[in-house]
Amino acid sequence: MSKEIQRTETKSPAVESARARQTFHPATDIVETPESLFVYADMPGVDEKSLDVTVDRNVLTIFGGVAEEAPKQQSLTYAEYNVGDYERVFTLPDEIGRERIEATLKDGVLRLMLPKSGPAKTRKIAVRAS
Amino acid sequence: MFWRESDPWGAWEPFRDYERLQAAMNQILSETRRTAPVTREYPLINIWSGEEHATICAEIPGVDPKDIDISIAADTVTIRGVRTETPRKETEKYLRRERGTGEFARTIQLPFQVAAEKVDASFRRGILYLSVPRAEADKPRKIIVKTATH
Repeated sequence: MSKEIQRTETKSPAVESARARQTFHPATDIVETPESLFVYADMPGVDEKSLDVTVDRNVLTIFGGVAEEAPKQQSLTYAEYNVGDYERVFTLPDEIGRERIEATLKDGVLRLMLPKSGPAKTRKIAVRAS
Repeated sequence: MFWRESDPWGAWEPFRDYERLQAAMNQILSETRRTAPVTREYPLINIWSGEEHATICAEIPGVDPKDIDISIAADTVTIRGVRTETPRKETEKYLRRERGTGEFARTIQLPFQVAAEKVDASFRRGILYLSVPRAEADKPRKIIVKTATH
């Protein structure tokens, strides 16, 4: 199943953001349990209002907008990290129940609970000999 | 890369190919060094500064603010903490692991003495904001020149 969770390519120009802003891939842990999948993504600076988690068919998209807090009467004099939005897309395996996904955000970490609903039934088609 | 043109008079230079290879190798090696991963400091910080204040911002997502230890000595600020790993049962396995765990410490030297008693720390959305004011004794003093009246 691990091979089914793949990061889809977001570097292609087709999915470039309209805003001239940097977008980062949040560092993500994915843990599998017998019942569900847990996704943990580091998104410092993101709050509940600017967070957007969508599931379209089997594509999970995580987006977090960051509004930079500039201290008053101070200017940025030394920078090691850049401020920008977070976006990452995952392809989910078919056995994830898309309706019961839970998302929580605490201290800049997004936690997603994706319950498994059992593997999708494959239908076997019998071929009749003519 | 800049190559010397070959000798128009066709002089025999047996080492030219060797030199060319060596130059190419050197370039490859220097490029590798430039892009090689460096030891990453954690947490990464941004510093905002004004006339009598500085604000140190550090991205430390997923850490309990109570577990962040900040110490100040003269002009240095040290941030210490631990990013703990959520305990996992045997039935749980990582499919992907990118978030780092463990202890971290970062010492920042500021260009002024810090008024340690006035330092204010807040932690919002995984970002630590440290407001460090300049010590009163360290602030520049304006000296007024008195005119002597005779």
